[in-house]
Amino acid sequence: MPALTAVARTSEGFLERVEDWDRDLALSLATEAGIPELTDRHWLVVDYMRNTFLTKGDGPTIRTLGKESGVGIKELYLLFPKGPAKLAAKIAGIPKPHGCI
Amino acid sequence: MTTTLTQGADAAVADAPITKVSIIVSKGSLEGIYPALIMANGARMEGIEANVFFTFFGMDAINKARHEHIKVATVGNPGLHLATWLGGFPGMSSLVTAQMSKAMEKLDIPPIPEFIEMIADSGAKLYACKASVEMFNLSRKDFIDQIEGIITVGDFYQMAGGGQIIFT
Repeated sequence: MPALTAVARTSEGFLERVEDWDRDLALSLATEAGIPELTDRHWLVVDYMRNTFLTKGDGPTIRTLGKESGVGIKELYLLFPKGPAKLAAKIAGIPKPHGCI
Repeated sequence: MTTTLTQGADAAVADAPITKVSIIVSKGSLEGIYPALIMANGARMEGIEANVFFTFFGMDAINKARHEHIKVATVGNPGLHLATWLGGFPGMSSLVTAQMSKAMEKLDIPPIPEFIEMIADSGAKLYACKASVEMFNLSRKDFIDQIEGIITVGDFYQMAGGGQIIFT
């Protein structure tokens, strides 16, 4: 797994540059966040987060994430117990979500 | 020096991360209910454990027959900057509620029934207040399925132990 020290990150651990991300780095970010393995379900969420950010300029709200990613709210919290929107954003290499919802 | 105020043991206590919140919802107006729901959802999004205790008119938010019909209080609400006599006009409350709902939909804030379901799905625990349930002659069947139960104030305090309590 690639070393996280090689990329610039914010004080909270989000990537400074979206383009520094690749799928191997996602694994390192996930491990650091306490998620030892990224299953297909995790990837569905992570890819959705990243695609939304790259097309719309901002990550989705938790409501949209639950409705559109293909993974419902309950499962989102099982996959990312410490907060799905924030953690999935970090693993997807996009900035911390700005909204309150 | 002012910096000395934030140093030492006090700073360690003040900066301890919040790991649990228990939120009390006591009001039945739209503006009385939403802040609590946003706080509860926001807590779960940060990985913070959350309990929500609905009491008095706040129980309307989990009342099957009522939770789709929560309105903004247009009388006695100086924040609206609306003359009191105008706020009392028939239909005024529905009109302002519709406007606010539209504004919230734009921000992707769900309507109350969907929001409550979302919060329950996020793992937050919802409860109705026993004293209020008895006072209003209600029972379990009046409430949505997502609530964990009807509990006493004592139960609530026990559950809230070790966390923060927020009253709205």
